[in-house]
Amino acid sequence: MTVIDLVSYEDALASYDPVMGLEVHVELGTQTKMFCGCATTLGAEPNTQTCPTCLGLPGALPVVNATAVESAVRIGLALNCEIAEWCRFARKNYFYPDMPKNFQTSQYDEPIAFNGHLDVQLEDGEVFRVGIERAHMEEDTGKSTHIGGATGRIHGASHSLLDYNRAGIPLIEIVTKPITGAGARAPEIARAYVAELRELIRALGVSEARMEMGQMRCDVNLSLRPHGREAFGTRSETKNVNSLRSVERAVRFEVKRHAAVLGDGGVIVQETRHFHEENGTTTSGRVKEEAEDYRYFPEPDLVPVAPEKEWVERLRAGLPELPLVRRTRLREEWGVSAHEMQSALNAGAVELIVATVDAGADQAAARKWWMGELARRANELGVEPAALPITPAQVARVAALVAEGALNDKLARQVIEGVLAGEGAPDEVVEKRGLRIVSDEGALGRAVDEAIAANAAVADKIRGGKTAAAGALVGAVMKATRGQADAARARQLILERLGVTE
Amino acid sequence: MPGITREEVAHLARLARLELTSEELDHFAGQLDDIINAVARVADVATEDVPPTSHPLPLTNVMRPDEVRPSLTAEQALSGAPAQEQQRFKVPQILGEE
Repeated sequence: MTVIDLVSYEDALASYDPVMGLEVHVELGTQTKMFCGCATTLGAEPNTQTCPTCLGLPGALPVVNATAVESAVRIGLALNCEIAEWCRFARKNYFYPDMPKNFQTSQYDEPIAFNGHLDVQLEDGEVFRVGIERAHMEEDTGKSTHIGGATGRIHGASHSLLDYNRAGIPLIEIVTKPITGAGARAPEIARAYVAELRELIRALGVSEARMEMGQMRCDVNLSLRPHGREAFGTRSETKNVNSLRSVERAVRFEVKRHAAVLGDGGVIVQETRHFHEENGTTTSGRVKEEAEDYRYFPEPDLVPVAPEKEWVERLRAGLPELPLVRRTRLREEWGVSAHEMQSALNAGAVELIVATVDAGADQAAARKWWMGELARRANELGVEPAALPITPAQVARVAALVAEGALNDKLARQVIEGVLAGEGAPDEVVEKRGLRIVSDEGALGRAVDEAIAANAAVADKIRGGKTAAAGALVGAVMKATRGQADAARARQLILERLGVTE
Repeated sequence: MPGITREEVAHLARLARLELTSEELDHFAGQLDDIINAVARVADVATEDVPPTSHPLPLTNVMRPDEVRPSLTAEQALSGAPAQEQQRFKVPQILGEE
């Protein structure tokens, strides 16, 4: 393997203009496969969700999944695409054991949706419009396990094992138009695009689009052209970039690599490349000798899909509020900056905050808990906040207890800890752990008296008018009550007892 | 304009993973050329008002509801496999040594 000296990102951008093309595959969350009634349950035993159709046995006939077509049309509409009035499936022929049929049923020159756009918002609030070339329907491939090589890689493997449970699960491939004019922000735009697309897919409810589960996968095409040149350079295609962070890193790395090769008088080879999560680099995969020779032809076993105009319009009318529009509205309602909203989005907390507000919490409190304590815990556990064992309604209940003075923040954190530990709903945790603020005047009064008696010198200072010193006694009271006292009330009592007013 | 060259037949054979001898290439190139020329005559009668077709049936939108149907058991699915391991189809090495 040849090692090249990368050009710095800044130097690369000084000479060249990056052009990107992003291809995203989304696995639909349908109950059954694209062309047969096999279940799509994750984690099933190998080869227990297959049938003659998805195994490509002779004589089996595919039938299109109506829900998958509807999902494809809704995705197309949400991406501002035109919807084909008539389109067909095509066979993409290739020999590789991940498809038992020796072809993938896809769409070729007649995608169901085409010519749209998606607006994406960057961290600083700038909106960039990404053109959508097409969105088409196809099917996923089986899962290969390579045996005998190092670390399960295909290189050096003695043989491979195939599980076809995934073969035939509906996929929508969404392809952008060439993204030009991104300049130095290309990596950021690529990431924001994939993030926005994921939000859109989730808002439509057509897939959970969890990249770590392979439900959404991205291929990054990148080329450079010298500033001022119209024609695109030769592109590389980095396959299976499967996290938002990786999308950004892959673009950045390829910009630096292309610039190094071109700056050295070299030529970029049109090839697929593999991204390496561990160090953010790419390495050469297979070279594309000629334009992919998949010998596409119309699928003779399926009849055309011809979405009726009225049906398409009904689907359009039924689209949910799109994520960027929604976030812009929420930003105004919550009075937060684009950056704060972006943080909430990156943390996967926007919908949780909304649900918490819907459950009665104040938006500031809802944001505080989800972006603070809960985001931290999710991060520690390496899960999305939505996966934490606490519901928005429970967070809203904690916020209500704080608002009515039954809990302070410190106690509220303990309540949340209890809920997360499976000790029950917030009220149960308060009860079991005895976490209610001590506002019982008797108990609080005794704690105040003890604090005064134990800190006579401080008490004298306060009597002498130094009310600021009361903080030390409040601290003593809080300590004695293990943080359960109402600090403001304790301070009042201390001052009363000592006969001073502020 | 139609017709197929010997090189094209060799290319297709490679894509189809067929090993053809030199004599077979000559033979098939001739045969395929005849077939393609014969089929190409359709273009003489298909005028602009005849849309291309890929299907003889005047049907569109044949779909099924998204409802799970029974699958084969793993034993059934694997019953035709030349080799299996760990309840999976076993296939020979995919990439040669590099």
